[in-house]
Amino acid sequence: MRRLHWWQRGLVGVSLGVLAFLYLPIVMLVIFSFNDSKVTSFPLSGFTLHWYEAFLANAQMLRALANSLWVALFATALSVVIGVTAALALDRYDFPGKRLFQNVILLPLSLPGIVTGIAMLNFYKQIGIPQSLTAVVIGHATALLGVVVSQVMARLAKINRRQFEASADLGATPFETFRHVTLPGIRSAIVGSALLCFTLSFDEIPVTYFLTGREVTLPIYIYSTLRRGITPEINAIGTVIVAVSFVLIVLSVTLLRDRERS
Amino acid sequence: MTLTRRTIPGFAALFSLPLAWVLLLMVVPYAIMISVGFWTRQFPLFYPDFQFGNYAQILADPQYTTVILRTLKIAACVTVCALLLGYPLAYFLVFTVRSQKLRNLLYMSVIVPLWVSYLLRAYTWKIILGTDGALNSLLVSTGLVSAPLDIFLYNQTAMVVTLVYIFVPFMVMPLFTVLDNIPRRLIEASEDLGVGPFMTFWKVIFPLSLGGVIAGATMTFCLSFGDFVAPVLVGGPDGTMVANLLQTQFGAALNWPLGSALATLVLALVLILLQLSSRLDRAGRVDLA
Repeated sequence: MRRLHWWQRGLVGVSLGVLAFLYLPIVMLVIFSFNDSKVTSFPLSGFTLHWYEAFLANAQMLRALANSLWVALFATALSVVIGVTAALALDRYDFPGKRLFQNVILLPLSLPGIVTGIAMLNFYKQIGIPQSLTAVVIGHATALLGVVVSQVMARLAKINRRQFEASADLGATPFETFRHVTLPGIRSAIVGSALLCFTLSFDEIPVTYFLTGREVTLPIYIYSTLRRGITPEINAIGTVIVAVSFVLIVLSVTLLRDRERS
Repeated sequence: MTLTRRTIPGFAALFSLPLAWVLLLMVVPYAIMISVGFWTRQFPLFYPDFQFGNYAQILADPQYTTVILRTLKIAACVTVCALLLGYPLAYFLVFTVRSQKLRNLLYMSVIVPLWVSYLLRAYTWKIILGTDGALNSLLVSTGLVSAPLDIFLYNQTAMVVTLVYIFVPFMVMPLFTVLDNIPRRLIEASEDLGVGPFMTFWKVIFPLSLGGVIAGATMTFCLSFGDFVAPVLVGGPDGTMVANLLQTQFGAALNWPLGSALATLVLALVLILLQLSSRLDRAGRVDLA
């Protein structure tokens, strides 16, 4: 290995420290989910799967989990359909107000979720739609639209435009061109952003908090449990969520990046 | 393509659904929220109106101004800390790690946590910092302290730590991109001219990375400004943030007009910051092509 200057060694130290800072808490969550004690303290008292059994037996929690899965599935489907058509239109056509439209779609990504939640709550109230999981699905789909639009547009910008022209010159209908030329080019961006949307919707709190009715999603269930106190059951379900999210996100990031390198 | 009579049908077919969706479910809700901010409340009902009473109340009542100032302070602290931790890490990834593969792997391991359950990542600090928590038990078992301390959790420091933890990857992402785009020959040129590593950093690298600093700082500031989970989980009695005030207005306090006015203020703040940052970014961007 190259010899490092003292300041480079310091840099390595700080960087490893930050990486540890990013991962240690997650490791704690996993460790304590298997720890045979009601309190989360060292030394560990023994290995148990009790907390996993406890959440598998918790009907309320499982119901919230099922709700979350459905919400994430429908919200993702909606975001992808609307987001991909929006990206295609934005990529292909110039029209007045294009920049504004793009900025509005991207706004929820940097706007605290609570504002989007409150805006939608006000809207539902005015048109008389009750708070429900359907309301949550629409809220998530709207807030996550920007994820799909930005990723798919970035990919579209890298496709050689001549391909579309060639396809049209060879007599393909616009739909055939989409099916055989455009779609293969943006497929991994669509799948990647769909996985990201799914995970983000599954974990979403601020918008859901305002739009959900009596049926709750898993994060809302966990959030309200936490306000009453800690149970190691949360560590167990948390470990499962973190593990699954990790896999989905790694897949998503890989799919969203692969084209850049080739 | 510009719109002509020939291209309009195709454009309309593609664009009508997204346009309708965005108008109906984003523009209209934001507009309704802004207008409800001007309504009056006569408990427990709200009446359409046009008056600035809610804004006057927010800006005059110390109950609200204290919280707004505190939130600004905490968001600023979080942004500065995230920058101080994120910049060295991004620099390390781009300039010190030589293997492309290792660099991609490390970069991925930094940004993946960003998208993994925000609630659970905030919650982990509750189990670490609590009186019965991991940190205390570690300190007691190593004999550093004799009894568990209750100073770690339920205060503003705990909130800053938790929020920095959540948002550090947001800082690293744009910094990594800008640093990675700096042509190596600029740095080599500086070194060839006999400039030391620190002056090279200060005169060449840092100015060229300002766009990333601004982008990361804006995201971190805006998102931590509107967080309500960390204050509820790890904040103490003096930890109420703007987002918690908002929760109350739509919950127990049942004052939607005031809540909507406050949310409009948050929206305005974010829009101003985004606008400023895109201006600054453009002004500070040096053409490298």
